Amino acid sequence: MKLDCKHVWEYISEYIDGSIDAQLREDIERHLEHCEICAAILDSTRNILILTADDRTFELPVGYSKRLHERLAKEIGPEPDV
Amino acid sequence: MQTAAAREAELIARIVGGEKELFHELIRPYERMVYLTVLSIVKNEADAEDGAQEAVINAYRHLGSFRSEAKFSTWLTTIAINEGKKRLRKAKALENSLEEEAEEKEGDYTPASLTDWRGVPLEALERQELRDALRKAVASLPDNYRQVFTLRDLEELNTEETAEALGLTPGVVKVRLHRARILLQKQLAPFLKSAAPARKGFFRRAL
Repeated sequence: MKLDCKHVWEYISEYIDGSIDAQLREDIERHLEHCEICAAILDSTRNILILTADDRTFELPVGYSKRLHERLAKEIGPEPDV
Repeated sequence: MQTAAAREAELIARIVGGEKELFHELIRPYERMVYLTVLSIVKNEADAEDGAQEAVINAYRHLGSFRSEAKFSTWLTTIAINEGKKRLRKAKALENSLEEEAEEKEGDYTPASLTDWRGVPLEALERQELRDALRKAVASLPDNYRQVFTLRDLEELNTEETAEALGLTPGVVKVRLHRARILLQKQLAPFLKSAAPARKGFFRRAL
C-alpha cells in the first residue's frame, strides 16, 4: 500500500517502538526512502528520545540520594548489634 | 548465575524476614525512577524530592504486602504515582477535573517538518541548551501525556507496565505516548532547526 505523509506520522511512535506489523513497517520504510520530510521527522523524534533517556538531561537534585538514605535509616532504626 | 530478578526477590524475602537494613540496597537502583515519577506529577523539584522520600518510606513500610508475582519496579512506580497525586491534590484540589478537561480537547498532533534536521549531528545533542529546552518542553506537556511519557521514555517501562502503573489500558498508553512525542518534536523543532548549520536552498521545499 502506498502511504501518504499524514498516514506515516500517525504511526511514527509505534514505528519507533517496533510495535506495528511487518506489512505496515515495510510500507513506512518504502515511504521513508523517498520522503525527506518524514525521514527528518522520524530522525528528530528518535533523537529527542535518545536525549530523554540520557541521564544528564533529567538530573537528580544534588545530595538527593544521601538525604533519601538518611531518612530511610531513621525509619529503619538502629542496626541490630552483630 | 542468578538473574537480577531472582537476586531482587531474594533481597525482598530477606528484608521481610527481618534484615531491614538491606532495603537500602534494594531501593538504590530505583532512586532515580522514584524521583522522576513524582516529578512528572508535581512538577516542582522540592515537592518531588519530599514525595520521593515519602514514596520510598511507604514502600519500605508496605513491603510485606508486595506479591512476588508482580514486578517490584511496577509496584514501586504505583506507590510513587500515588504519592505524587496525593501531593497534587493537596496543592490544587481542582487539578483532577482540569486534567480531564485538557484530555478531552482536540489538539493538533501532527509533527513539525524539519528537513534541516538531518544536518544536525548527534553531537548537537550534547549541547546543554538542547537539554534545557527538552526539560522545559516535557514540563509543559499536558499532565496525562507527561506521566505516560515519563514512564515509557524516561524510565523505560514497557506499555503494559505503564498501563498497569497508571491504571490505563495499553491502547490509551500508546495514544498518549504518541501525542506526547509529537508535541515534543513539534516544540523542539524550531530549536533544532536553529541548531543546525545554515544550508540555504538545500531541502527548502514544502515546509
